[in-house]
Amino acid sequence: MISNLIAGLSLGSIYAIIALGYTMVYGIAKMLNFAHGDVIMVGGYMCFCATFYLGWPPAMGILLAIIVCTLLGVVIERLAYKPLRRAPALAVLITAIGVSYFLQNAALLIWTANPKTFTSVVGSGSVKIGGLQITHVTIVTILVCVIIMAVLVWFTSKTKMGTAMRAVSEDKDAAQLMGINVNTTISVTFAIGSGLAAVAGVLMLSAYPMLVPTTGSMPGIKAFTAAVFGGIGSIPGALLGGILLGIIEIFSKAYISQELSDAIVFAVLIIVLLVKPAGLLGKQIREKV
Amino acid sequence: MKQVKTLVKTRRDSVIAFGIVIVAYIVLQTMNMTGGISNTISGLLVPICAYIVMAVSLNLTVGILGELSLGHAGFMSVGAFTGIVVTTVLAQSVPFPMLRLAIAMVVAAFAAAIVGVIVGVPVLRLKGDYLAIVTLAFGEIIKNIINVLYIGMDDHGLHFSLVKQTFTLNEGGSMIINGPIGVSGIDKISTFTAGFVLILVTLFVVLNLINSRHGRAVMAVRDNNIAADSIGISTTRYKLMAFVISAALAGMAGTLYAMNYSTITAAKFDFNLSILVLVFVVLGGLGNIWGSIIAAALLTVLPELLRALNFNDYRMLVYAILLIALMLFNNSGAKQKLLDRIALRKERKGKKQPKEVA
Repeated sequence: MISNLIAGLSLGSIYAIIALGYTMVYGIAKMLNFAHGDVIMVGGYMCFCATFYLGWPPAMGILLAIIVCTLLGVVIERLAYKPLRRAPALAVLITAIGVSYFLQNAALLIWTANPKTFTSVVGSGSVKIGGLQITHVTIVTILVCVIIMAVLVWFTSKTKMGTAMRAVSEDKDAAQLMGINVNTTISVTFAIGSGLAAVAGVLMLSAYPMLVPTTGSMPGIKAFTAAVFGGIGSIPGALLGGILLGIIEIFSKAYISQELSDAIVFAVLIIVLLVKPAGLLGKQIREKV
Repeated sequence: MKQVKTLVKTRRDSVIAFGIVIVAYIVLQTMNMTGGISNTISGLLVPICAYIVMAVSLNLTVGILGELSLGHAGFMSVGAFTGIVVTTVLAQSVPFPMLRLAIAMVVAAFAAAIVGVIVGVPVLRLKGDYLAIVTLAFGEIIKNIINVLYIGMDDHGLHFSLVKQTFTLNEGGSMIINGPIGVSGIDKISTFTAGFVLILVTLFVVLNLINSRHGRAVMAVRDNNIAADSIGISTTRYKLMAFVISAALAGMAGTLYAMNYSTITAAKFDFNLSILVLVFVVLGGLGNIWGSIIAAALLTVLPELLRALNFNDYRMLVYAILLIALMLFNNSGAKQKLLDRIALRKERKGKKQPKEVA
């Protein structure tokens, strides 16, 4: 029971970190960035290449993954999404899907479809706490998630850039009138989201070490669900949604059915959205007539 | 008077468009008979028909009703597996494959419509991105459930079970749906002609709906929910109607699609398939039925064409780049600039001639 809870917390932390990227981009650019899951995959491959082919220490591998993904996020935003600022939401969505296809197929060409076995960046050791065997990966994942959350909350509420982000997400035009550089703010958001995706990718692959070009898509969809679950656009919501989703998934796998666990996760999401249409912590905005 | 004219015009447009589809069918069919098209393309004819029906039916939800659905493959899946069960059950009693296929499609349409109601009632209460994510969730749930569905048939009739196979079949019985392994040994009774007829039926249903009182009500709901409500249009009813019709058509497409392959699994009808169909709809133009048809046909053939052009390794990469480039071109103002420039050039050329009054 408790070991399942901890496994759920760990998986949930990974979902939460990915969901943070979704939720920040959604809050500011009002778009569903479907390519986010594939940025995770790119991060995984970067870290893999650095440690496996170049023999770099894991820390350097993580750093490389974060830097590459951050740049990738900014480049994608500049090239693919920026020209579509004023376009209908669906057009942006399809473009994001195009970017997702592009990343997956580029990875397929570079690294082929053969699965790579990712070596955990924190070793395979474990500690015993009161009769419970907990792996290092689990502990590190949960810790990293908590740290990232704390930093992000501080960043968005206390720094100038964070305030600018909140202003842009509230009202883009008014923010621009107040002298905020909207384009820079959006770029910074993409940079942070993609950097977080790299971290999530490395942590996820440390726990589940199979790396293929489509590695990122299912966790991407799940994390997206988590973001909506908690109320999309809200940072604490992403954390709550991610953790709950992870726990529900592990528990339904353990107690109900291995095969139906995804169906149960999505069913819970549907029920939550029917009761609270804007997610658990989302703000309900009344429509004005 | 003007209204009558536009009515005649839409009627004429429909006739012309039906004509184009029929001509395309005749040309392709003769080419297929005489071996004028390659094997890969002739193998794609039935899937193209299924994708066209999928795209047109999704356009009804996304373009005409204005709600983004990311789970359209779920309805296709329901239709596909219902169709398989029906054709297997009727294998002895209905000897004509075409008639069997037709019955299977009708039953599949009903099954998909029922699922459409079950999904639609909760989903249509939500709005925008939340609605989209719930359709995605339903699509995944349908995929997961069919993935653990076991159906077998023997002389006692049909046996069902979920998650684990709990029934044993009498001698002479056989499994129809075998959980994650899916269905194998399907009687491949789908033909290009059947696909063509299904496209005509779909077009007939969708075009008549759009040009009817109900269709205008649906579009009124799309354009302004509150205004439509205030003039007495029951928004829930019309939303549900469009959604269910769209689901039923997708179910028929599913039967057509499944009956073209000898094996099929639930995993085939995943999120990526829903997205693929959505790409057809958006590239073809929201609410534009003909655009959906052309986009579905072209985009299904495009990867094969790229393969023929020796782009084999890069074909999906090129596909992705073309998709992004098209979206950017269509939506970033580049298209408008180009059109303006062409218009300007035409104007300069035509300056000496008197301008025609439109």
